[in-house]
Amino acid sequence: MWYYEKKLQYPVKVSTCNPMLAKFLIEQYGGADGELAAALRYMNQRYTIPDKVVGLLTDIATEEFSHLEMIATMIYKLTKDATPEMLKEAGLGDHYVNHDRALFYQNASGVPFTATYIQAKGDPIADLYEDIAAEEKARATYQWIIDLSDDTDLNDSLKFLREREIVHSQRFREAVEILKDDRDQKKVF
Amino acid sequence: MFTQYKSWRPYISPFDPCKPIEVKYYATPPQLYMGFQPPGLPQFPTAREALMAGTLWPQLFSPYPFPLKGGRKHD
Repeated sequence: MWYYEKKLQYPVKVSTCNPMLAKFLIEQYGGADGELAAALRYMNQRYTIPDKVVGLLTDIATEEFSHLEMIATMIYKLTKDATPEMLKEAGLGDHYVNHDRALFYQNASGVPFTATYIQAKGDPIADLYEDIAAEEKARATYQWIIDLSDDTDLNDSLKFLREREIVHSQRFREAVEILKDDRDQKKVF
Repeated sequence: MFTQYKSWRPYISPFDPCKPIEVKYYATPPQLYMGFQPPGLPQFPTAREALMAGTLWPQLFSPYPFPLKGGRKHD
């Protein structure tokens, strides 16, 4: 069960009218290494992972949803007042035809979100290594978006989100260390 | 003691519909612990053993299925 706090984890301010940034940000919304994929991946893997690391997956999955909310806010702010003409110029003409200004779970190229982006192998080490890789890929995606953006206020929020990927990666690496640890292992042979 | 497999006891509810699996196992194979492979590790005595194992070095060998007494159903 969850409690909802009606605020963002970190403030989102967009200072320039540049709908093209929305197109790039959609990668973190419904892309393979985006926040939705991350949240759903961890939320699902936690059922079959050893109980010592279930809480970590729950916490990180929950935080990923709060990141999803921040990304959604950025995309919404960048597109809500854009005219169809502006959206077309930003490369979002096809998006407008399909969705008006509604957000949609798709990547920057318009490919819809799919469960094949995420895996639950059942092997705790394999799953945690996938999670570490996902965090590093999300960090890289934030870097490339920051490179394409000259909106300093938006970049401030993106830098916060990039740093969170680093912290999550570290926590998953610690989870691997916990599962590798031989302490409290009784001889089971 | 170093083990290639770890076990844990999942929570069991009094209302679980199926007979509980009390202990679950997962693999923690040797490459997780080795870092860079140190030079000069002991090798299998014969090429045949190495071929059958899939590695020259016994320290990198990970047996599967889990060599547990009783094993699992599909063993």
